[in-house]
Formats: sequence, structure tokens, C-alpha cells
Amino acid sequence: MLQFSKLKIGVILGIILLGCLFSAPNLIPQASLDKLPSWVPKTVINLGLDLQGGSHLLYEVDTDSFVKERLATVLDDIRDKLRHATPPIGYQNPSTAGGVVSLRVIDSSTQNADPKMTEAARPLLQQATNGMDLTIADDGQVTARYSDQALQQLRIQVVAQAIDVIRKRVDETGTKEPTIIREGEDRIVIQLPGVKDPQHIKDIIGRTAKMTFRMVDEAAMVSGQPAPTDEVLDVVDTRSNTPQKLIVQKRVTVAGENLTDAQQSFENGSQPVVAFKFDGIGAKKFGDATVQNVGKRFAIVLDGKVISAPVIKDAILGGSGIISGNFTVQSAADLALLLRAGALPANLTVIEERTVGADLGADSIAAGKLACEIAIVAIVVAMLFLYGLFGVFADIALVLNAVLILGALSLLGATLTFPGIAGMILTLGMAVDANVLILERVREEMRNGRSPVTAMEAGYREAQATIIDANATHCIATVFLFEFGSGPIKGFAITLLIGVVTSFFTSVYVTRLMTSVWLRRTRPKLLPL
Amino acid sequence: MYKPIRLVPANTRIDFMRWHKPLLLVSIVLVVGSLVLLFTKGLNYGIDFAGGVLMEVQTPQNAPADLGEMRSKLDALHIGEVTLQTFGAPNDVLIRVPQQASGDKGTQEAVARIKDALGDQWQYRRTETVGPKVGEELKWGALKASILAMLGIMGYVWFRYEWQFGINALLALFHDTVTTAGLFALTGLEFNLTTVAAILTIAGYSVNDTVVIYDRIRYDMRRYKSMPLRELINTSLNSTLSRTTITSGLTLLSVLALLLFGGEAIHGFALAMTWGIVIGTYSTIYVATPLLLYMHLHRVRGKETPPKDGAAKEKPAKEPAPKSQPSAVVRR
Repeated sequence: MLQFSKLKIGVILGIILLGCLFSAPNLIPQASLDKLPSWVPKTVINLGLDLQGGSHLLYEVDTDSFVKERLATVLDDIRDKLRHATPPIGYQNPSTAGGVVSLRVIDSSTQNADPKMTEAARPLLQQATNGMDLTIADDGQVTARYSDQALQQLRIQVVAQAIDVIRKRVDETGTKEPTIIREGEDRIVIQLPGVKDPQHIKDIIGRTAKMTFRMVDEAAMVSGQPAPTDEVLDVVDTRSNTPQKLIVQKRVTVAGENLTDAQQSFENGSQPVVAFKFDGIGAKKFGDATVQNVGKRFAIVLDGKVISAPVIKDAILGGSGIISGNFTVQSAADLALLLRAGALPANLTVIEERTVGADLGADSIAAGKLACEIAIVAIVVAMLFLYGLFGVFADIALVLNAVLILGALSLLGATLTFPGIAGMILTLGMAVDANVLILERVREEMRNGRSPVTAMEAGYREAQATIIDANATHCIATVFLFEFGSGPIKGFAITLLIGVVTSFFTSVYVTRLMTSVWLRRTRPKLLPL
Repeated sequence: MYKPIRLVPANTRIDFMRWHKPLLLVSIVLVVGSLVLLFTKGLNYGIDFAGGVLMEVQTPQNAPADLGEMRSKLDALHIGEVTLQTFGAPNDVLIRVPQQASGDKGTQEAVARIKDALGDQWQYRRTETVGPKVGEELKWGALKASILAMLGIMGYVWFRYEWQFGINALLALFHDTVTTAGLFALTGLEFNLTTVAAILTIAGYSVNDTVVIYDRIRYDMRRYKSMPLRELINTSLNSTLSRTTITSGLTLLSVLALLLFGGEAIHGFALAMTWGIVIGTYSTIYVATPLLLYMHLHRVRGKETPPKDGAAKEKPAKEPAPKSQPSAVVRR
């Protein structure tokens, strides 16, 4: 009991010192913190969104639709290749049902399977279904599917792409320190500290922003009969004299991927528009298309809706142009942003949102602080009355414990949440349990007639096993809490876990050191307990 | 020098086990009652589990909220049964909207429409939406975590003591968690993620308390090898009584600080914790411990180690050290 090796004392004091060092930045204002030399630890506790205010969004990426679309594209590609083969290759029963691309290759004149046709189709099919498992039967039946592994790869790729696009978009809005991470297979968590109303950001993130430039089928517009290669699209731009629906070719003249830049600008000095620039390929395709189609309209299609369908007056060869639609300055700026950041590969849906205003967070901090202070004062006073001098030791340990928790939270870069504050308060209450156990045991040993030193020794020794068992079981519950919890609950669990560890250190080792120093100095005949 | 006060006299001889039968019956009634309530009335699931929208709003210029007017505005949106409730202050209102039939998109739209209906003058302190899928996942996650935590705790107690102790610790945990859930079913208090956190914390606290007593019983079993178990348990409970009172008292104190000063948002959590500390302490004495009487603990008969004789003369090394392998209980 009395013997503490120099090393042990050094380690104990060292840990306390480190705890103070790492927790100190939390008490110093940021301005003076910046002036300190670089070796001083400056990391302060990360406040959870529920305390500092901000928005937490959980998105689900619709990877299923993406896969479906992908299969449809493959099938379209196959059909296109077969039709344009020389001589053309016939097929029947094209389908993408059940996640399988299937059709039957036939001789179009006889409507029967023909080994020659099948062989001719083979390289084309292999090309179009690259990355899929392809089978071609003797009767011309073709099936192509993604292996489970390839599907998963595809999904991972889509989510990664979506995260890239989201990051660009969020960065463009000027949001500070966003966190964008994948969760599980097809989910994305976005945390936006300080964002009070995420509506605008949600609008921007949620839009697919798939833009295409396509030709209007003027002949079909006159006859009113869309060709099989056309589709009928709604028109958003109600300001112009164009009808509410337009018949547009399915074939994409220039895709949005070929855009290099887009900016909000003004036409005629006041009308907000989006000015865009194509890359080399885009500029060439666009130039060719405009040369061939002077006098016709081309449609600018965004997410399946025509936002504008101007008439081509001259060939546009410079590779840049403007989109004028029914824009306000804001919506034109948003569209420009979306075009710059690129299209999302799949649809996103918000499946969970938690937004907390900064003032509510401040209220929570204030309430948590108050409850914390009251709890500390109440426990400190109670321990003082219950155990006198040893209560003082326990109280010092308690305060050190609070300091160490703060230090550990800062060091680990953990996030303090409102339930986390509750966890801290609870930890303080339970931390003194170790001292209560020890001191009650010491009292008992004294009753059995032991001397102060041996009673102390026995008290610490006997109680320690109990304390370890009690803390271990408590840790088990907390670990599961951490595993299961989302955001704030995780914060609560981590605070509890840290608290269990630090409280074991302070209430066993630190009080023991203090008691041993005191015993050696005073050599009491009787313990004041 | 200051002589510390003693909350509990040094040599209490309370016959705790005297009331254990009627109190076990009370516990059984509480557990069965809670289960019946849980299955018939059910829990009032909050947004985390039921899904839907929760908004905390403040009136413009902090005037007291006119709930009637708000209701008519929001009912006109036809977004299901909207519940309104003042929250801590008369100008602070909680708006709850159930899951929309149209799914996640509809839920998002509902938020936008509420904001439109109320206008920019209001302060939106908090907005939470949870979709049906997430709610369902959170529910299962919570259940899974609770069950795994309890099994984990049982496993540990089993490993450190004997299987009887492990089973009893589990029963006590089950008792505490089920009655806490029952309390929520009875009062209709909202059952949320934080409530689950509270329940798991209660589990941790309760088993902490149980382990302290079990440690003492094991220790005493080695010391008084021929003492009848009933008497031995009473001795153990009495010698830890002071600690039980002080620790649960101090923890209760800190939780009460949370309950009274922690604000409205943490109220449900603090309430569950307060209940949990009371029930956790009770279950240690009247569920986890008396059940040992019926578990046929295997005890080694032998010479009794006298409790007091010459303890002062005796060197500490001769005391049975609790760190060593339990000798009073034989593994089978």
C-alpha cells in the first residue's frame, strides 16, 4: 500500500498531465488557441450535430433501377448492332425480365434459327455484353447476365460515383466541412454542420441532372405520330409558344458528359440563362448536328423533361451556347452548378433526416452543462460528508476523471453529443462507486481490528476484483450500445466507455497514491473514516 | 479531525430474505403485467421506430402558440393525423406527422409543405424525418442489441462465477428491462432510440450492482463454509448495504440533476434512468440474489474460517484472496 515505485508514480502523474494537456484546449477560446505554438495540442472536442446545429441526411441510392437501366442499354446496344450488321441479323423476343438480357437470334427472312446467323452475331454479342456472363444456345437463344460479384462491383461503383458527384455539388454550394461517407451497401450519409435549413442542398443533391441535347422530330410533330425511335416528353418551359409536349428523338446528339463548363449568365441584360461550353468531342458533334439541321429545333432535355427547345438559326461551331428557359437567377445558378458537377448515376432518396438549429444546440449545451455542474457539486459535497478526508481524495479523483474524459474525447477526435453529456453525468455518479466500494471495505476491515495501513491495503485489494467485474459487465452493455447506435447514441456509448476506463484509473490508482502519501506522512493510529 | 457520518449503521442485521417470497411474486406480477401491456397496449413508438416527421418549431416573436390555428392550417394539408404539443415552453411546439403513404418522397414533401403553411416567420429548431425502412431497421437493431447485450452480460457472469449466477443475472436483467418497457407502455411515454439507450444503460447499471453483491456472496461462501445459504445471503447483503445505499443514492442524484435541469429533450431518457436505478437496485436484492436459494449452489463443506477471530493478528496473505479460482463452487 505504501510502496509506490517511482516509475508507477511517474506513469500516474504523466497520464494526469497528458489528460490536462489534451483537455485544456476546450477551455481556451479559439482566438488565443491559434496564437499558441504548433506543438501544443489544439484539437477540441468535436460537437455532434445535435449540439452545434446542422443537418444529418441519409440517402439511399437506387442501385436496382440503375442495374435495370444498364440492362436496357445493353439490350438496345445489341439490337442496334444486329440491325446494322451486314447483312442485318434478325432477332425475336428481346427482354430484360428477371435481370437477364435475352433474345433469340434468327434469320429474319425465314424466322427460324440459323447457325450462320448465330455465328455472325457472336462477336457483336460479345462486344455488347462485355463484363456479363453470355450464353448462346444452338437454337439461337441468347442470355446474358451479371454474376453476383459483377453486380456488387457495379453497385459499389455506382455509390462511389454518386458520392463523388454529391461532394462536388455540396462543395459548390459553399457548405463548410461536409462529411459524405458511404454506409452499408447502398447508402450515403451526409453531415452538414451549421446548416439550418437543408432544403436547398437537398434539392441540389436530389436531382439526377442528366442532361442531353437531342433533335426534335419535326416530321412527327406535324403528323402527330411519334416514330418508334422517338419519345414524347413534357416541356417545362411554358413561357415559349411551343406546345406542352414535344416529340423528341431518343438518339442523343450530345450528352451532358461532354460539357466542360456551365455558368449562370444573363441574356438581353436581364433574363437569367445558363451559358455552357462543350469539350472537343461535344463541340464537334454539336457543330455537325446544327449544320445539318438549320431551321429545326433541338431539345435540351434535363431528367426526362424538355427545359428549352430553341430553333437552330445558324450552325453553332464554337462549342458554346446558352440555355434559356423559365429561369430565375437562383434556378439558373443551380442548374449551372448541377451541370458542372455532373449527373448522378442513379436516383437518390432521403430516407432519414435530422436537422437541429444552432440555438437548440446551444440550449442543449447550456442544459447539459448545468446538469453536469449540479451533479458534480452534489456528489462532491455528499462524498465529503460521507467519507471526510477520503471523500476529498475521491472528489479530486472525480474532477480528474472529468478532465481525463474531456482529454480522451479530444485526443480520439470523438464526437460529443447531447446523450453523450448525459453519459458523462451518469459516469460521474457511477465513478465514485469504486471509491465507495473501497472505503466501505476499509471500514469493515477496521471493524475487524486491523491497523490503518493493513485495512487500507485489504480494502483496495479486495475491492479491486469487484470493481473490475462490475466495470467489465458494464462495458459489455456499452459495446453493444455502440455497435447498434446511430450518431447521438454512439456518442453516448463512447463517452460511457471512456468514462469506465478513466474512472477505474482515477478512483483506484489516483486515490491510492494520495492515500499512500497521506499514510506515510501522518502515520495515523486510527483512520478518520 | 472530522468524523464522517455513517448513513447506514455498521452492523445491520436485516433479514432481507424474509420478504423474498412475496416480493418475488410482486416481481413476477410486474413482469407478466408488463408483458401483457407490451403485447396488448403496445409501446408508443416515437419517430425513430414508427417513422414519420417530427418538427420542433417556435412561434414568431415568441408569442404563445395558438395550437387551434396551427392545427387547422396543418389539417388542410391532408398529411395524416398531425399531433401538436407544446414542448417545455408555450411558444415551443412539437409537430408530429405520421408516415406518409407515398413513402420517403412523400415524407420529404410533407416537411416542405408544413414549412410553406407556417411561413418563414417561424423558427424551425429541429426537423427529423425517418422513412419506413429505416424505422424498421432501427427497431430490429435495438432489439438485437438489447438481446445480445443481455446474453453477453450473462456469458461474462457465467464465466466469472458459475452458471447459476449467470442465469440469475440474466433473469434480473430481463426483469429490469421488461418492467422499464412496461412502464413506457403503461404511461404512453414516447419510446425512442434514446429510450433504448437508457434501457441498455440500465442493464449495465443493474448488472454492475448485481455483480458487487455476487462477489460478496462468493467471498462469504468461502469464508463461512457451513453457514446456511439463506443466512449467508443476508450477511452478504447487510455487509454491502452501506455501499448499495450510497452508490445508488449518488447515481440517483446525478440522474435527478439530469431530469430536473437537463431540459425537455433529455427528459424521457432521464426518467427511464431514474426508474432504472431504482429497479436495478431492487432487482439485485430481490430477484438476482434470492433466486440463488433455488438454484442448488454446489458448496464445498469444510472447516469454517472464523470471521473475526484474530483478524488483527492474522497476516493478510492468509485471507482467502478473491482473485484465486473460486474454491467454494465446484465446476461440473
